[in-house]
Amino acid sequence: MPFDIYDFSSFTGWIDASLRAAMSPFWTIFTEFVLLGVAFLAFYAVVGLLLVYAERRVCAFMQCRVGPNRVGPWGLFQTVADLIKLLFKELIHIKKADKILFNLAPFIVIIASFFALAAIPFAKGLHAVDLNIGLFYVMAVSSVGVVGILLAGWSSNSKYSLIGAMRSGAQIISYELSVGLSLLVIVVLAGTLQLSEIVELQRDGWFLFKGHLPAVIAFIIFLIASTAEINRGPFDLAEAESELTAGFHTEYSGIKFAFFFLAEYMNMFIVASIAATVFLGGWMPLHIGSWDGFNHIMDYIPPFVWYAGKTAVIIYIIMLFKWTFPRLRIDQLLTLEWKYLLPINLFNILLMAFLVLMGWHF
Amino acid sequence: MLFSYIKGIFKGVGTLFTGMGVTTSYFFRPWTKVTQKYPENRKELKMVEAFKGEVTMPHNANNEHSCTGCGICEINCPNGSIELVTMFLVNEDGKKKKAIDKHIYHLGMCSMCGLCVKTCPSNALAFGNEFEHAVFDRTKLTKVLNKEGSTLKKGVE
Amino acid sequence: MSENQIVTPPKDIDLDYQDYVINMGPQHPSTHGVMRFLLTLKGETVDNVQPHCGYIHRGIEKMTERLTYPQIVHLTDRLDYLSAHINNEAVCLCVENALQIEVPERVKYIRTIIDELNRIASHQLWWAAFGMDMGALTTFFYGLRDREYILDIFEETTGGRLIQSYNTPGGLMNDLHKDFQTKVKKFIKDFRKVLPEYDRLLTGNVIFTERSKGIGYISKEDAISYGVTGPSGRGSGFACDVRKIAPYSAYDKVQFKEALYTEGDTFARYKVRMDEMWESMNIIEQLIDNIPQGDYAAKMKAVIKLPVGEYYQRVEAARGEFGVHIISDGNKNPYRLKLRSPNFSNLSAINAMAKGHKIADLVAISGSLDLVIPDLDR
Repeated sequence: MPFDIYDFSSFTGWIDASLRAAMSPFWTIFTEFVLLGVAFLAFYAVVGLLLVYAERRVCAFMQCRVGPNRVGPWGLFQTVADLIKLLFKELIHIKKADKILFNLAPFIVIIASFFALAAIPFAKGLHAVDLNIGLFYVMAVSSVGVVGILLAGWSSNSKYSLIGAMRSGAQIISYELSVGLSLLVIVVLAGTLQLSEIVELQRDGWFLFKGHLPAVIAFIIFLIASTAEINRGPFDLAEAESELTAGFHTEYSGIKFAFFFLAEYMNMFIVASIAATVFLGGWMPLHIGSWDGFNHIMDYIPPFVWYAGKTAVIIYIIMLFKWTFPRLRIDQLLTLEWKYLLPINLFNILLMAFLVLMGWHF
Repeated sequence: MLFSYIKGIFKGVGTLFTGMGVTTSYFFRPWTKVTQKYPENRKELKMVEAFKGEVTMPHNANNEHSCTGCGICEINCPNGSIELVTMFLVNEDGKKKKAIDKHIYHLGMCSMCGLCVKTCPSNALAFGNEFEHAVFDRTKLTKVLNKEGSTLKKGVE
Repeated sequence: MSENQIVTPPKDIDLDYQDYVINMGPQHPSTHGVMRFLLTLKGETVDNVQPHCGYIHRGIEKMTERLTYPQIVHLTDRLDYLSAHINNEAVCLCVENALQIEVPERVKYIRTIIDELNRIASHQLWWAAFGMDMGALTTFFYGLRDREYILDIFEETTGGRLIQSYNTPGGLMNDLHKDFQTKVKKFIKDFRKVLPEYDRLLTGNVIFTERSKGIGYISKEDAISYGVTGPSGRGSGFACDVRKIAPYSAYDKVQFKEALYTEGDTFARYKVRMDEMWESMNIIEQLIDNIPQGDYAAKMKAVIKLPVGEYYQRVEAARGEFGVHIISDGNKNPYRLKLRSPNFSNLSAINAMAKGHKIADLVAISGSLDLVIPDLDR
């Protein structure tokens, strides 16, 4: 296939082979770990800052504003400047706060988002680990973040923070269910949990189109539920700026606050990546039936461009949610999950199982 | 029951989409932006004539103003932001005549009610369009409105 | 305060062992100023709201006792700064009535038009901030964007954007700007197109309706006994529009509907204000082409002295009934001047409204009351 010209497995394989030729297996593994770590750290920082910038620009455009435009060309370095400011800010000591948990919480949140990043395939052969239970792994580690939020709220010795944390606990535990079930719909269709395999199966058509109605429903539910899971508007009850000032991170300042902030954006990125990978074919180009000429042209667009484009679209939709809708109330939030999303989801899985059983999908 | 449940879902999602339509339409219409880039547009930025920026005392080319020092503005100011220091000049006829030495205006206390400008019998005061009043020191907000060496316009009583 | 000192709660509220007391304010994003709500929560549910005001008390009523009547006018700008012109008018009308001065027709028309423009501007800002209280941040910018056009019109004529000080006993400070009529007409034409957009963005939104319908209910009887006036009172079916009951200025010359809803909840109060914007535009359209020629102020004495006695004048400000009660002892400044500000009475109902609802609802309710704190504290 033509788009295999962008196969990265030969590139990674070459690095592996040349490292192995140069040093012992232990040091090879070690070097690869370090390389990966550095690469991901850089990636994390760059994407996080870009997303913060993008969000500010997107919301500004929606609100008839210009957005950041002072630091650097088109304000591109605004977020860098903000980060530097946050780095130099004083870390305020909170009286009667649980010091260990208070300091640990931001790290838990940020590490959880790091974990999830590992399994995401950016292009063919370009992922850190290709687990055979990749999807399960991503879901499992991304829900560790809530522990950090709970700890942050609990240990801050602040009433607003505590309410925020409790809200977030109730919220994430409920919406975890919907995220899982909506992904399960696609797992039923694909028959595998391995992310690279899922992408590979979408070679001749994205799951969003292959799975008929159930896949579309699953996609919409995934978007809603994952927006709730990453604590973004209209589900940002844990922060709820107009009610709880800043919710669970009210008492945080400086770089610890930056950690929460970055983690929020990276979680958004991860969620968008998963949606792109599972529903929109990840790095697979867009192929339409038998339009060979069109398909051929599409193949020449590099896979990471496809991947980034799809992720960007999902991120835009998630941002659109935040900047359009009013916030839900806590009881409505839970009603939405338990009375709407969950029953629809369960029914949806049945429908998909039936479709797969009858072989009615493409 | 089930029907109304499903209908409710579709209706609700429909309203959400109309809302998203509004924000998206603005997103793709960058010409609807209303932001003014302030320090850059300083040159084009023109305040309207009536704008109440600060109280000024217009002087003509001969460095003459029309303030007779009657003190009506001082009486009318609700905040005490005008202080008049008057002196007596002796004119050609040998008569003593009241005139201002200093017309002191405390911008920091002024609430732009416009009573001084409105009640001035000789129209000596006017509102200026200056709006960039930020200073580092509060004392700089106290201004003397009549210029150095200025005199009363002829014919103003 | 020492490390282990126990903070004793105020004595006038009964606290349970499980009560969770929170200070919402004085610095809080949704109080729109320095207002403090002492909340007693049961979990997320609001059990008791105790509004604590006074953080921005400036003693305006006392200050007026040393000022002459024209000087008092500019202080009323600083009460409800979002309906500054309407507040000005109340004082001026009160003084004019006391002196039994007939102001020129032109003044009445211009005052009415600017009143209504001010009301629209105020409701736009309320819509913007209400959406933001609810969590829809984009509404804030749309509301302020459209309000800017009105402020530009104000600035051109009065010289002020937010606080205009355009009224003076006996008339106006200066005449209209020559572009006033065309600009107002253009604004109304544009805003008639923008208002449906507001509806599409927020009014119809299912999350918004779910969050506002049935929340913060107050019955008509309660609204009357708490003195909830203005759009907040009319949301409960309390026909309290001063423009209808006791027309002043040119309101007796125009036809308009009083927006009345009987639901008494947050959504009803929201709808009243949205309808009022339409009605205000109608009123302006009826008047804008018929502004009579003439003087912009009646002849007044240099020093205004009211005859001994008590005078009261009420007007419909953007948030409700604004009243000025002057007790004069015949001097050039009032013996006592009492201001009846709508927000203070509206706020008093907040406990009755918010009891049993969630914290998020309290924010929505206080948003729907459209509180302006400087008006409340005076």
